[in-house]
Amino acid sequence: MTAVRTAPVTATPPADQPPVPPDRRRVPYLLLLPGLLWLAVFFVVPLFTLVSTSLQTGSLEEGYALTFSWSTYGGVWTTYGRQLLRSFCYAGSATVLALLIGYPLAYAIAFKAQRWRNVMLVLVVAPFFTSFLLRTLAWKIVLADDGWVVGTLQAVGLVSDTGRLLATPAAVVLGLTYNFLPFMVLPLYASLEKMDPLLLEAASDLHATPMTAFRTVTWPLSLPGVVAGTLLTFIPAAGDYVNVQFLGTPTSQMIGNVIESRFLTVLDYPAAAALSITVMAAVLVLVLAYVRRVGARELL
Amino acid sequence: MTRSTHQRGAIRFDGSLSRRGFLRALGVGGAVLTAGPLLAACGTEGTGRTGAAAGNGDPRKLAWSNWPLYLDTSDGDDTAHPTLTAFTKKTGIEVTYTEDVNDNDEFFGKISPMLRAGRSTGRDVVVLTDWMAARMIRLGYVETLDRANIPNSKNLLASYENVPFDQGRQYSLPWQSGIAGIGYNPKSLGREIAEVDDLFKPDLKGRLTMLTEMRDTMGLLLLSIGTSPEDHTMADYKKAIAKLQKVVDQGYVRSFTGNEYAADLASRNILAAIGWSGDVLQLQADDPDMQLVVPGDGGMLWSDNLMVPKGAGNKAGAEKLIDFYYDPRIAAEVAAYVNYVTPVRGAQEAMKDVAPELADNELIFPTEDTLATLHSFKVLDEGEEKEYQDMFLKVIGA
Repeated sequence: MTAVRTAPVTATPPADQPPVPPDRRRVPYLLLLPGLLWLAVFFVVPLFTLVSTSLQTGSLEEGYALTFSWSTYGGVWTTYGRQLLRSFCYAGSATVLALLIGYPLAYAIAFKAQRWRNVMLVLVVAPFFTSFLLRTLAWKIVLADDGWVVGTLQAVGLVSDTGRLLATPAAVVLGLTYNFLPFMVLPLYASLEKMDPLLLEAASDLHATPMTAFRTVTWPLSLPGVVAGTLLTFIPAAGDYVNVQFLGTPTSQMIGNVIESRFLTVLDYPAAAALSITVMAAVLVLVLAYVRRVGARELL
Repeated sequence: MTRSTHQRGAIRFDGSLSRRGFLRALGVGGAVLTAGPLLAACGTEGTGRTGAAAGNGDPRKLAWSNWPLYLDTSDGDDTAHPTLTAFTKKTGIEVTYTEDVNDNDEFFGKISPMLRAGRSTGRDVVVLTDWMAARMIRLGYVETLDRANIPNSKNLLASYENVPFDQGRQYSLPWQSGIAGIGYNPKSLGREIAEVDDLFKPDLKGRLTMLTEMRDTMGLLLLSIGTSPEDHTMADYKKAIAKLQKVVDQGYVRSFTGNEYAADLASRNILAAIGWSGDVLQLQADDPDMQLVVPGDGGMLWSDNLMVPKGAGNKAGAEKLIDFYYDPRIAAEVAAYVNYVTPVRGAQEAMKDVAPELADNELIFPTEDTLATLHSFKVLDEGEEKEYQDMFLKVIGA
């Protein structure tokens, strides 16, 4: 009997309410269309070919054929598991560092900067005005063996006299932190900026120390920003290969470097595809675990 | 020397960035995109099949793909190439010159789908390194050159005539060559380097880089264990890999690089590098003490080769172009700019007019004695290639 109920609504709308033109009802779908098309063409289709490539066997000269060979996955895990774990370790360290640097910065911009706020936001984004590659290469000059940074650290004994910063894992983590810091700061700023400062006044009226107020009011309210910022930092950092290429050594190669060389140098497309899928799956699992633990309870 | 401050993979002397390294890294993104067509079909067809027929192009037009900074430019205008203008004036053929070869693998990824499908690549002349030229020839992707249409090819130096991948040079002619050896400044290091094993001393720990180009790095290591890169067994190669692994584990090798090493060498982040002659020659302009040593056990010689891909619209025009650049005077003008080894006989005499200060430079005009100590890497089939690369990449960490 539902037809009876709905039919009059569409057929004879109340006189005082103009009928919804059919064109208007299509609007939401039309709005979704470009995004969906984009996703379909540039994400779903490539993902499908990626999966299919990863299950192929063969060689460049004989051609690759789909044989549903899952052994490639086991092979890449045993061979490149170390690089994969290392990538997550570097990306994790960079994310923690970026949070430690980014949170006070976002806090300062949101609450203390006042009329400098826009200037500071522009400064946060400013590095993006130059190429990612140039920014990374600039670190080679900053961290040069004969440069003042290494010289100063050697003088205070933090780096041994023959030690270096360039071509060490520390330089890689530093480069990752630097390159992805804006992705941490901006979501943090967005969530802190929305916060009503009166809540902090209320907390202090209730005899909360500034520390307690931060712990019970500011931090929980900024959690959506923390989750967004850490994800936006961690995920691209885990797949990065440029920082290692310029700032790392042979023993600090990340999974991105392996995928690049599989694809371009060895032309071993199945292994490269299997590695890409493995990385995607691993990131997905990590992210889900993280969001369930930190995000879901506090955000929902 | 202002004309010679650019070259294939030039280094900027502010110590910041090698253009080829930059383009190469940028190119990776593009290459992944260009690899798309290869992956688009689930199950690609083998590349063993050929069948491109020469198209009917306009005989007055020619498309040439080359590496960046690998052809002379006029002062103040990087897009004007004096020798190319002279060619157009002489033959009436309009040349579209594109610097779109940033990386052998990437470029192969770009043109191979067309060649495999038997379609034209839209290019009449391409320039690729020996081992990639070998692959192109093996796959049948290259037109046979009619040497009768290239009379100047008689100027090809004898040592280049019979390369393992193209006996008698039926498909390819070298554009420029380069030596892979050891680049260093004896004054900064405080001692002389005569052979590869001199690199593995405490003062170079972490201050040494090697090339990601497997054939150059492994070629020198193979020579250092007393075998030859042209003729060695898998056991020899494994021995050389073990040696490389040992020095990497001991922390000697700071990184494996494209030609970014040149900037590090200039800024003294590193004190020695396995590097290429053209790069080191560029560094000499700023630091006259910088030198390239061909190790006592021997060095590597590679070439980039001019080839006409299958399906080229204007093969006759391409042969005219190659003929033009085999004129000693023109070859000297190019060499004065790119600073690599020229394979053209008579270019050294012509250089006395073009740029007298370079006429006696051993890195552009190696003597017969030096040439005799230079080696090329043996031709690898696809399976060997993969095995060799796998072992090498494992050591360099990728």
